[in-house]
Amino acid sequence: MAFGFLAAVAAGGIVMVGLLLTENGVMLPPQASSVAPAVDSLFKFIFWISAFFFLLIVGLMLAFVIRFRKRPGHQKAAHPPTHNTLLELTWSGIPLILVMIMGVWGFKVFLDINTPPANAYEVQVTGQKWKWLFTYPNGYVDEVLHVPVDQPVRLVMTSEDVIHSFFVPAFRIKRDVVPGRYTKLWFRATKTGKFQVFCAEYCGTSHSDMLTFVEVHEPGGFERWLEAASNLLNTLPPAEAGRRLYQSRGCSQCHSVDGSGGIGPTFQKLFGHEVVLKGGARTTADENYIRESILEPMAKIVAGFEPVMPTYKGRLKDQEITALVAYIKSLSGEAQPEGGQQGGNHGSTGR
Amino acid sequence: MQPVAEFEEVKVHGAESHVAHHFPDAKAQVEAGKLGMWIFLATEILLFGGLFCAYAVYRANHPEIFVYAHHFLNKILGGINTVVLIFSSFTMAWAVRAAQLSQQKKLVRLLAATIFCGFVFLGIKYVEYEHKWKEGLLWGKRYKPAHAEVSKPKDVPPPKPLISVNPEERSTLPPPAVPPQGLSWEVRAASQETVVPQNVQLFFSVYFVMTGLHGLHVVAGMVVLFWILLRARRGEFSSAYFTPVDLAGLYWHLVDLIWIYLFPLLYLIH
Amino acid sequence: MAVPVGNALFGDNYLSHAKGWKSWLFTLDHKRIGVMYLVSILASFLLGGVFALLIRMELWTPQRTIMDANTYNQMFTLHGAAMIFLFIIPGIPAALGNFVLPLMLGAKDVAFPRLNLLSYYLWVAGAVLALVSIVTGAVDTGWTFYTPYSTTTNTSVISMTLGAFILGFSSIFTGLNFIVSIHKLRPPTMTWFKMPLFLWGLYGTAIIQILATPVLGITLLLLIAERALGVGIFDPALGGDPVLFQHFFWFYSHPAVYIMILPAMGVISELVSTFSHRHIFGYRFIAMSSIAIAVISFLVWGHHMFVSGQSNLASLIFSILTFLVAIPSAVKVFNWVATMYKGEVELATPMLYALSFLFLFGIGGLTGLFLGALATDVHLTDTYFVVAHFHYTMFGGTAIAFFGGLFYWWPKITGRMYREAWAKLGAFLIFIGFNTTFLAQFIMGAQGMPRRYYNYLPEFAPYHKVSTIGAFILAIGFVIAAGVLLHSLFAGEPAPANPWGAATLEWQTTSPPPHDNFETQPIPGDPYDVDRWVFDREAGGYVLAPSGAAGGRV
Repeated sequence: MAFGFLAAVAAGGIVMVGLLLTENGVMLPPQASSVAPAVDSLFKFIFWISAFFFLLIVGLMLAFVIRFRKRPGHQKAAHPPTHNTLLELTWSGIPLILVMIMGVWGFKVFLDINTPPANAYEVQVTGQKWKWLFTYPNGYVDEVLHVPVDQPVRLVMTSEDVIHSFFVPAFRIKRDVVPGRYTKLWFRATKTGKFQVFCAEYCGTSHSDMLTFVEVHEPGGFERWLEAASNLLNTLPPAEAGRRLYQSRGCSQCHSVDGSGGIGPTFQKLFGHEVVLKGGARTTADENYIRESILEPMAKIVAGFEPVMPTYKGRLKDQEITALVAYIKSLSGEAQPEGGQQGGNHGSTGR
Repeated sequence: MQPVAEFEEVKVHGAESHVAHHFPDAKAQVEAGKLGMWIFLATEILLFGGLFCAYAVYRANHPEIFVYAHHFLNKILGGINTVVLIFSSFTMAWAVRAAQLSQQKKLVRLLAATIFCGFVFLGIKYVEYEHKWKEGLLWGKRYKPAHAEVSKPKDVPPPKPLISVNPEERSTLPPPAVPPQGLSWEVRAASQETVVPQNVQLFFSVYFVMTGLHGLHVVAGMVVLFWILLRARRGEFSSAYFTPVDLAGLYWHLVDLIWIYLFPLLYLIH
Repeated sequence: MAVPVGNALFGDNYLSHAKGWKSWLFTLDHKRIGVMYLVSILASFLLGGVFALLIRMELWTPQRTIMDANTYNQMFTLHGAAMIFLFIIPGIPAALGNFVLPLMLGAKDVAFPRLNLLSYYLWVAGAVLALVSIVTGAVDTGWTFYTPYSTTTNTSVISMTLGAFILGFSSIFTGLNFIVSIHKLRPPTMTWFKMPLFLWGLYGTAIIQILATPVLGITLLLLIAERALGVGIFDPALGGDPVLFQHFFWFYSHPAVYIMILPAMGVISELVSTFSHRHIFGYRFIAMSSIAIAVISFLVWGHHMFVSGQSNLASLIFSILTFLVAIPSAVKVFNWVATMYKGEVELATPMLYALSFLFLFGIGGLTGLFLGALATDVHLTDTYFVVAHFHYTMFGGTAIAFFGGLFYWWPKITGRMYREAWAKLGAFLIFIGFNTTFLAQFIMGAQGMPRRYYNYLPEFAPYHKVSTIGAFILAIGFVIAAGVLLHSLFAGEPAPANPWGAATLEWQTTSPPPHDNFETQPIPGDPYDVDRWVFDREAGGYVLAPSGAAGGRV
């Protein structure tokens, strides 16, 4: 029994080390930012120091257990040492030096992670339950973070509700996003492609779905993307532009488009229908009603819902509101709730 | 094997002498009691320590709120309360002395005087709270200053410029249309042009939490003293045994001491 | 000196001393209070374990497996809260410590028996309130109660935090009792450096309990005031600072980690010395390292907030102090290994737990280095790497030591021996199951899998499956361990006074001890002078060697 146990102990140790040795394959995600190699070097340094001490401790432990185990014929030493100050100071001192190296090294890399270069491109990040919104300097908002490769990007982040945390494993960066203050983060992507973004601070029901990507564009690609994307109101039919806005401006958090319940009324078959307000009054959901609901949410509360919607005054331009109205109109169509081709005939679906 | 239940046995011990069965002698028991009380007082200080920390953090970050809002507190009533509590500490110390000298009647009277001081303190505190209640000067989301214009203190100094953000740190983004709450003082102050600082409710939150918790401690202290008073009337304490009076006294002094810190920190801000 | 060698199971002992349920519920006997704690704490452990299994079952597939997201969020909150507040923090001090501490001191009881009973009932009240919160709408905040989530979520946070607040008082009173007991009830001949290392561990623990827990108390009170009255100290909408809550919370909760591990280290010191049949190596270094850990542990809380936005300088200081606290722990580990050198290592069940501890705590401690270093912490914090790290220290450290201690003192508590072979099988499965569960989590954490995730990306599925299988192996190990102990209650051999050959005072009275602990006052000597004890076939346990034959062999 005892030897089986010890063998398992040894096997467990070897398996663990075996798994960790292939660290670039198994242990760490790909490196895609300028700080990632430095973080990984420190990780490897600590890993090897730890592996050495772990094998030393467990190895000695197993050796002593086997060599000095209680058995017929084995005599313990008559007067084994009860202490050895020099030895104990040594094994206090050597680890102390090693961990201080780790501490200072960790701090140096940490400063790099936390100190953005002066010329960084700035994007504003808003965390809310349960999505990320990225606002570009020209005011365009997107749900995916698009950035140019090899150029420092600075994120200025805040939250609309609870604490979130912006985490990009491939970049080795993470920062809490706190309501009531701005936190900052920067990175320089070194590879093009899509990289996973997580919310790393628990934020409620759909915390684990608060995911998005960083899309790193090749040189020149980012500018082209931004120009095309920012122009959506001019290049897309209004209902399709409205659908994008519905996705990116947070409407979808509370208002469904398939008739299911939510914090606010569904948009399905809303336009042109009669709405019962709190207090019993009735009104018809027309263009003006929807516009008022966006700008002055507290003015008319639909019966059965809490007055919790924030105002979008100043956050949505007139053209954007028009696009949203067009989208909501399109949802009152008979069979096809969404899609670009719907945008053209939205006028005929209103009742 | 003894038929007497274990818990009864101890009681019997306690009535005969005051030494419990697991202490070698009375001296050890007294010392244990005192050590225990001092440790308990340490935990009390740390309990309030958290609040003092919160006070320090907010005072350091928003000094203008504290300077502005403390004018709404009544220095005279606070001062009277300070005197009342200091006096009650004096009667309490004297009560311990009386117990040590086996002066039974004096002990009872001094304990009663201490409890009376507690009532005076709570009464004055009630007057203060009621005034705040009427004015709507309450904590957090209950802060709705009803007659802010009327009761606005005359000697409010002009607001100091706020801690300026390091220009490097300042975002190049235009301020969002709906700024995040709390940190947006600059944006709001510029637009409102008023001498009333933002987030005055923070001061009242701190004020009510600190004085409220202290008030609860005063009440607890009075309950303990009342129990000691009843025991003193039965003549339980003498120069041979006065530990409970001593320990209750230590607690009462701590409660006073905390007020001695609260008064200047909340009422006398410059 | 007459040292009892036998078993008092059928004579007068603390269990048979008084009868009836009242004699238990109103007892002032530290041994009975310890037993009541033990039963309650093991029940909490069972509850927390069931939550853990449900969590692991849900994570079998990347999407929904057996429950919805809200239920899952409540599960991990309840698992954390039950395990931390109801099991690990009180586990060793309140249950084992209560039973053993006065015995080790050669005293009749703790300094304040009534306060001790009050502590127990406060624990019960706190536990009931925490359980009430499950019925009245559960809590989904995580055991850390971070604001503003905890002040806005629609679940019964008040009941849970009030429960934790009351449990805090229970913990404070236990610590107070232990400090005073150690100061005032220690026999004059037992100097500080003649004290068993378990008592040093409990003393260090008590210091932290007393100095840190009140800060948790005020934090939870403010949280309750925030929810109930809208005080707004932590509410950004009212000018408050949500990060201040984190500072307050971790000012308690990081030292609390050492409330958990220090007594565990004390247990391991006893086990390693006893079962190596050898004097502990480096007694003073181990004793002083307990105090060093207790002191430094107050200065490292900021390492939970490296990505929360504190200043770089603060982060640097907290990082360096965090590394400093690693040193006394490392010293202890080296000294334990050195204790086995040239000894006579007996692989009894408690020793298997002690060896498991060295292995698991070694991994737990060393992976802490990755989290103490600032740059790597940024990547690893709030991932499964952290989850695995703290399970290796808290479970692989504290819980394993708790079960080692339980098997060690079981004969003293119950007067019965258990079946060694089955007990060893249990220990073995626990070790294998634990490693299977949590080694996989280090890897997925380093790859970026965040913690507290209900859905996860498909690429993490293999690790989660391994982890879930491990959890069930672990559960089987515990079922066997529990079966062994229950079986011994009814069919175990009567235990001798000193079945292991330990030299601390609790083994110098009968098993189970009499109501007053000792028939004759024991004379404290060197608590690790195990050579004076020799195995006596007739007694079935160890007895004091005839004077002059110290160190003699049988």
